[in-house]
Amino acid sequence: MKRVPLHEIAKTIRSKNAGVDRITFDVICRDHRDFDLIRRSNAISRSSICELFGVNDDRISDFVEFEPANAIKFTLYRRYSSGSPGDMDIFGSQQYGPLFDIQIPVPDDWKPTQ
Amino acid sequence: MPDSKSAPSDTITRRKRTDSFSVLSPNGHLGFAPIKTGSFYNGVHAKPDAIACDSGSCDIGPVPLACDISSSPYEWQYHDIEHILLAARKLGIPAIIGSAGDTGTNSQVDKFVAIVHEIAEKHGLAPFRLGYFYSEVTTDFVRTHLAHGGVIEGLDGRSNLTLADVDATDRIVAVAGVHPYVELLRQGCDVIIGGRSSDSALFAAPALVRGYSEDLAYFFGKVLECSSFCAEPYAGKETVLGEISHEDILVYPMLEAQRCTISSVAGHAMYERSNPFEEYYAGGRLEMRDCKYEQYDERTVRVTGSRFIPADDLRVKLEGAGKVGERFVGLVAIRDPYTISRIDEVIAWSRNHVTEAFGKTGYEVYYSVFGKNGLMGEWEPVRTNPHEICITVQGVAPTAVMAESVCMTAMRQLFYARLPDVKGTAGGVAFPFDEVWQTKPACRWTMNHTIGVKDPMELFTLHTSTVGQEIEEIAQ
Repeated sequence: MKRVPLHEIAKTIRSKNAGVDRITFDVICRDHRDFDLIRRSNAISRSSICELFGVNDDRISDFVEFEPANAIKFTLYRRYSSGSPGDMDIFGSQQYGPLFDIQIPVPDDWKPTQ
Repeated sequence: MPDSKSAPSDTITRRKRTDSFSVLSPNGHLGFAPIKTGSFYNGVHAKPDAIACDSGSCDIGPVPLACDISSSPYEWQYHDIEHILLAARKLGIPAIIGSAGDTGTNSQVDKFVAIVHEIAEKHGLAPFRLGYFYSEVTTDFVRTHLAHGGVIEGLDGRSNLTLADVDATDRIVAVAGVHPYVELLRQGCDVIIGGRSSDSALFAAPALVRGYSEDLAYFFGKVLECSSFCAEPYAGKETVLGEISHEDILVYPMLEAQRCTISSVAGHAMYERSNPFEEYYAGGRLEMRDCKYEQYDERTVRVTGSRFIPADDLRVKLEGAGKVGERFVGLVAIRDPYTISRIDEVIAWSRNHVTEAFGKTGYEVYYSVFGKNGLMGEWEPVRTNPHEICITVQGVAPTAVMAESVCMTAMRQLFYARLPDVKGTAGGVAFPFDEVWQTKPACRWTMNHTIGVKDPMELFTLHTSTVGQEIEEIAQ
């Protein structure tokens, strides 16, 4: 086994408002093989998200695996509702950066799907 | 008007199946950026049965709703409405535009209706039926509802609505489902301008009127509402075409460089939503757990298995926003490594001076430290000291004079902050601009709630008129 950062495996890593009070995060894989690697590693879980963002579990409104899109998706309640004084990310579109370096264990011969 | 002179290539063209109904989706948010007309006219060549396009979003924050303004340029709104209206009238199909002018307030509906009249006159269009509806709800209406014991339920973790929430609100829109669109289409409208609406409703409504099932019609809307975001590679403002039958939904892009894949269509089903398996509308819930996505051909995805479960009690979503105060913003920048390492003390110094000058309440002041955690605040896991930071300072207060003064005090006192071992004694920060700027007022979302109604049309006022005829009458 070796470890690779999430941004090398995932095709899409993004965040966006889900309504005015929540931000939703999507990690989308190129194929089912990579989706399964991430899912089985448990590297993206409710507890790892809490640790990464420094939040309690009740900050997470949803955490789902969405197989048709080979995706893992979680949603956080916002600290400020979108665009309130103090909010610096009205669309919630730049909250995903810390996900890039989550380390995912993969087989030694793993290569990104072309 | 630009028009595609030659027919699009065979790659784009698919022969429409008999007994199906197709809707063209040219833009996920009309006005936010203009339609790319190349793929739009590829779509027009495909002879769709309707064109639908939503113009609204609450992504733009609370300011436009609270202040009743649009965040999109008038020219871009006019541009898109002109292309859509002319194409739809030429083909003799309905043109449906929802959530007029970003917020879907009455003034924005009126603006879009005026644009339709102006375009019709400019191009001498033959008379057509225009339908439009308002979806604003007054604060008095909501107060009365509460006074009669009505419960306005909070969404997404919000508490139920209180009178204090209503007091903080300047403007409210109710989010329409399919009902006003279905009614206006049944009344024979050729062009519809909607107040605030669920995006999906614009696409579902014409399919419902033509007898297609709720199960598929709502998902049809869901997949089409953001135009080319359901295709890949990533491209915005390009047109896609959806086709609904009694058995399935097909979706395919009108830009040659794009294709719809299982991944792109399924991926879009979860975009901007917390739950990819279900979605709520006025009147029911779309259940997507058993959706089946298939690659129908190289560029087309087929979806089956969505279900619509009608609600036992009707609830309509309310969006409300209110002004918090006038707002000024300023910027400072820091390169001194020692000052950067003690930035919290620098901000505390400034904050203390603001408190001394203005007291503890009656205003708000915010410092966002870009380079450290400006975007993410306490969610930011990176704790290392950067080599350079920029701080945006916001002052919010009841009057512009006070907001300016709060902001200026906060900004200048960052310059004078005293740290024990500071080397740079000629000023602790740099001013990229030694000024503060007035922005639009500071506002916040006061309502993200649902209200119970007896009739799904209760909060929406419908109007119809004939465009073009009045002009003829005047001419005679």
